[in-house]
Amino acid sequence: MNHLLLVIKREYINKVRNKSFIVMTFLSPLIFVGLAALVAYLSQINSDSTKTIAVLDESGYFEELFLSDGNLSYHVLENTTLADAQNLVKGGNTSGLLYIPSVSLKDLSNSIEFFSEESPSFNMIEGLTDKIEKKIFNLNLQYNNVDATKIEDSRVDVDIVLENFSGEKTSKLGNVLKLVFGGVAGYLLMMFIIIYGNMIMRSVIEEKTNRIIEIIISSVKPIQLMMGKIIGTSLAGITQFLMWLIVGGVLLGLVSVIFNVDLVEARMQQPQMLLENAAQQENIDVIAQSLISELFHLPLGTLIASFVVYFIGGYLLYSSLYAAIGAAVDNETDTQQFMLPIIMPLMLGIYVGFFTVMEDPHGTVSTIFSFIPFTSPIVMLMRIPFGVPIWQIILSILTLYLTFSLTVWFAAKIYRVGILMYGKKASYKEIFKWIKYS
Amino acid sequence: MSNLLVAENVTKKFGGFTALNNVSLEIPEGSIFGLLGPNGAGKTTFIRIINQITYPDQGNVILNGETLQPKHISQIGYLPEERGLYKSMKVGEQALYLAQLKGLSKVEAKKRLKYWFERLEIGDWWNKKVQELSKGMAQKIQFVVTVLHEPKLLIFDEPFSGFDPINANLIKDEILLLKEKGATVIFSTHRMESVEELCDHIALINKSNKILDGKLIDIKRAFRTNTFEVGIETPNKMMLRNELSDRFVTSEAFFKTVGDELKMKIQLEQGTSPTSLINYLNGKGVITHFVEEIPSANDIFIQAVKNNN
Repeated sequence: MNHLLLVIKREYINKVRNKSFIVMTFLSPLIFVGLAALVAYLSQINSDSTKTIAVLDESGYFEELFLSDGNLSYHVLENTTLADAQNLVKGGNTSGLLYIPSVSLKDLSNSIEFFSEESPSFNMIEGLTDKIEKKIFNLNLQYNNVDATKIEDSRVDVDIVLENFSGEKTSKLGNVLKLVFGGVAGYLLMMFIIIYGNMIMRSVIEEKTNRIIEIIISSVKPIQLMMGKIIGTSLAGITQFLMWLIVGGVLLGLVSVIFNVDLVEARMQQPQMLLENAAQQENIDVIAQSLISELFHLPLGTLIASFVVYFIGGYLLYSSLYAAIGAAVDNETDTQQFMLPIIMPLMLGIYVGFFTVMEDPHGTVSTIFSFIPFTSPIVMLMRIPFGVPIWQIILSILTLYLTFSLTVWFAAKIYRVGILMYGKKASYKEIFKWIKYS
Repeated sequence: MSNLLVAENVTKKFGGFTALNNVSLEIPEGSIFGLLGPNGAGKTTFIRIINQITYPDQGNVILNGETLQPKHISQIGYLPEERGLYKSMKVGEQALYLAQLKGLSKVEAKKRLKYWFERLEIGDWWNKKVQELSKGMAQKIQFVVTVLHEPKLLIFDEPFSGFDPINANLIKDEILLLKEKGATVIFSTHRMESVEELCDHIALINKSNKILDGKLIDIKRAFRTNTFEVGIETPNKMMLRNELSDRFVTSEAFFKTVGDELKMKIQLEQGTSPTSLINYLNGKGVITHFVEEIPSANDIFIQAVKNNN
């Protein structure tokens, strides 16, 4: 059998059979889903707990406004002074006192006060402000004899339909989808590089510390061994990713089923909210439908193909560097000094992707970074959904794969010398010397 | 006898450091060839060149009449000095993997491994993990993997390190048996007594240069100093000692006997035959001991390296 295949097979089987690998494969989605469920559960508890605040309305504008809503209930005080009300709230178990003084409608906007022991939650104050603003707005309309229903009727939602000259249409939702695709793809690639690049590096170091390297290298060419390690580990990585998707999907399904049951029970208890919920449900259905249709509007074939091409290119580019680092050092603690030059361009790619591409997918910065091979897999992947000229894609892929073959050549040189160097502390200077040796 | 391996003017530099300087060697087929030299002399570099782990800057290596090339990997078995195994793999699958890398089919490798495991009495280790093995046990596995593909050329770098005397003997016998079966062995070690026992040819490398090579017997002959160790029973040892010291170059000798004789080392001038010494000593007393001092591999090593430095 071909040597490369043998190395790949060994790496793959050895990785997949490793106990910590198996544990991580099944535990990670469990932890992830568990955390998600926990957060959902906690926020549910949080929103379930109701708070009471006291209201002292001296202006008289806000009758009927402070009926209990959602998880906030009001205790409306009447015929008392501010000082008495304050004392009452201080001793009692209400979370605060909303004080509306008796002033003219005009002055009301900045004379309402809220007293409390602890500073109140941002959400609650936002809610109160919103409520009061709407009321004052309506009062102002009435005061100026404007018909409120007419104002409501005049409101419109504008959705500019984007269309390119070949007739493909997209909407705002489509744009969001594109950003999500780019973001997820870029982030996935970065995670994959960091997790499995490190795994490759460790496996190279392992061969050095086990002292088996010289036995192996007398039958396999260093570059075969290196490529075998990279490919074998990547296959193990893909296996793990797929397992995560499957296990995570099943778990999420289970959890959401459990939560749906909860929701139904909650609805039974609050029949008032049923109507609202039904309306929301309808809304969600509409959004889901348009989401699916937008999804099919995206050039899915191109996206998937470019994802595969950039993913492989970018991953191989970085993992060969990881392998070279592994070969250059004796143990994992020595790797620190070499990590920064790897992490930096990755981070740069992500930041440029998230900030620049979002703002202007075809701006100068995004365009330049989508050609630089160390950032192009991430940045270009984020740009492609917005339509990139084919020559740019070809040029970028060519540069990426050309650089990849250069780094492999370069890494193989370091690898060939490095794997047989025991006890020598690798510095950049030393490594430069190695490249000249071989 | 033809040569299995010929190195012609091999030079290898690492930056400004010359690891091998114009080294030429001929390794006869079917020999056990001792590759000797102080630490850092360049032995390992030479061995790595034979294994095509590194390549010479100048010069050629010819195996069996052909310039060394990748296909020769399956004809060479190499047991490096720095050797280990994958800790987390099972013994059996690890041995299979290494054998397959040397070009054996899985079925054939399994068959031969079974034979060797039984031969070295390690049959029940197949499913053990390497981390459960002692160092000596791991060495046995490495030995098996080195010889499994029946290579024409075997290279052992310090093969006995880590073995107890019993297992060292076992391995030594296996090496001799492999030689009987026609394998050529390159043997690199610092243990001169095993050189004495095993090697028929040696080469000595010092500071990147070959300073000595040939048949061990020929080298020993060349390093003879015409010195004899003698024991004579005589009534007056003091007188004879003084007499001998005046006449010859002498030194003290130490060897075990049951009598109380005078023990001395006597060096004759080059070309003088020992017969005259025997005749001379015969007149002085009873000769109980008369042995030519033959230089050991150890002596040769030390002397050659000293002279070279």
